[in-house]
Amino acid sequence: MKRIINTEDVIPIISGLVQKACYELSDNVLDAYKDALKKEESPYSRDTLKLLIDNAEFAKKEQIACCHDTGTTVIMMEIGQEISWSGKPLIDQINEGVRIGYRDGYLRKSIVKDPLDRINTNDNTPAVVHTEVVEGDKVKITAMPKGGGSENMGSFTTMVPGEGIEGVKKFVLDTVRFAGGKTCPPIIVGVGIGGTMDYCTYMAKKALLRPIGEHNSKPLYAKLEEELLEEINNLGIGTLGMGGTVTALGVHINYFPCHITALPVAVNLQCHASRHATAEI
Amino acid sequence: MKEYRLKLPLTKEIIDNLRIGDVLYLTGNLYTARDAAHKRIENTIAEGGELPIDFKGKTIFYAGPCPTKPGRNMGSIAPTTSARMDQYVEMTFKLGMLSMIGKGDRANYVSDLCKKYGGVYLLSIGGASAMISEQVKSCEVIAYDDLGTESIKKLFVEDLRVIVGIDINGDVFQNREILKYKKN
Ligand code: SF4
Repeated sequence: MKRIINTEDVIPIISGLVQKACYELSDNVLDAYKDALKKEESPYSRDTLKLLIDNAEFAKKEQIACCHDTGTTVIMMEIGQEISWSGKPLIDQINEGVRIGYRDGYLRKSIVKDPLDRINTNDNTPAVVHTEVVEGDKVKITAMPKGGGSENMGSFTTMVPGEGIEGVKKFVLDTVRFAGGKTCPPIIVGVGIGGTMDYCTYMAKKALLRPIGEHNSKPLYAKLEEELLEEINNLGIGTLGMGGTVTALGVHINYFPCHITALPVAVNLQCHASRHATAEI
Repeated sequence: MKEYRLKLPLTKEIIDNLRIGDVLYLTGNLYTARDAAHKRIENTIAEGGELPIDFKGKTIFYAGPCPTKPGRNMGSIAPTTSARMDQYVEMTFKLGMLSMIGKGDRANYVSDLCKKYGGVYLLSIGGASAMISEQVKSCEVIAYDDLGTESIKKLFVEDLRVIVGIDINGDVFQNREILKYKKN
């Protein structure tokens, strides 16, 4: 049996999700801040972490943006294969949801129409939309406002297979070291390994949605996540780059089979304002 | 950690005595400008036009806020990545700016410029935007209204907490601090 959904239904859902994501950091993120505060040795970073905790609580209470950079709106949709859509084009309705959410939510409009002539669209559209078709008759929508400071410091490379785990580690560490305080640490480090150039970066972004504290189910990758986290924290970058013992809250790796000639690696960095909200229809 | 409560504008005398790591609570007027406003100023200078603000002695805040929700003084606001403005630092120092507020590391030449012009780079907290908006008591668009969030705005702040990131000796706070905790 097909389930028919009118595309119009996604408008209020998306406008609500972008606002919720921008106003309310999840308990998972807040707990990670608090945990970082216990481990942090630098007085400057400790003071700043305390401020970030207060900031998150205040933004939630006042229902205002916790960070002013309310980002590029990344929308991820998992669409059940039993779904059939009616109504206007889905992409237009998603953007309408973003438009309304940003306008009514007093969120910053940060998108320019053309990367070279740089005129602001003034409504934060278009969103970057990823869709996956999955089993079932439900639609899962995740809104992930992604700020520029951290997004701009991500990186991608294709290594030769022989570079292996050590090569991957070096690339991730170099990326984080180079990003320094620009990404608003403490960060979450999303890593994609394998696939193709496009799929690898997508995996790295999706990895950022994983709750902090959860590891890849495959022991090889879980171990790599732990080792990388320790080495990143040994870089000494600290909160906002002010020096300290906590630079990252987590390292999340996703992997995918790849070509015999290739070892693609993508790193997508997530600043402390790790914002995403999900709903299901 | 030395702490000072200071009135804006910061005088040359005060700036000369600031050292990296000092924590300042600033009260007075700041002026926002980011990428697009700096670019326009640069173009205006190149064309020999008149600038919309006099930079002399001013503190520039690299920031682009959210719209203000009714009932509040200011939308969420916090510094943006300063490194994107590195290329404009000499221009703004030449125009008389004495201090700038932003977040993150800067190119090495920015510390040389702070030394040369006797100016400072101050660090505010990236992403603490809801809390920082509480410190802003008023906001007025001064120029480039069409740039929206990127327009030049005059803000009156009370007790805005910043840390001296680069002082007039060209010393860099983050370089000093990171070395203390770096293990590899
Ligand atoms: S990097 Fe993140 S926390 Fe920092 S200003 Fe950008 S969106 Fe906000």
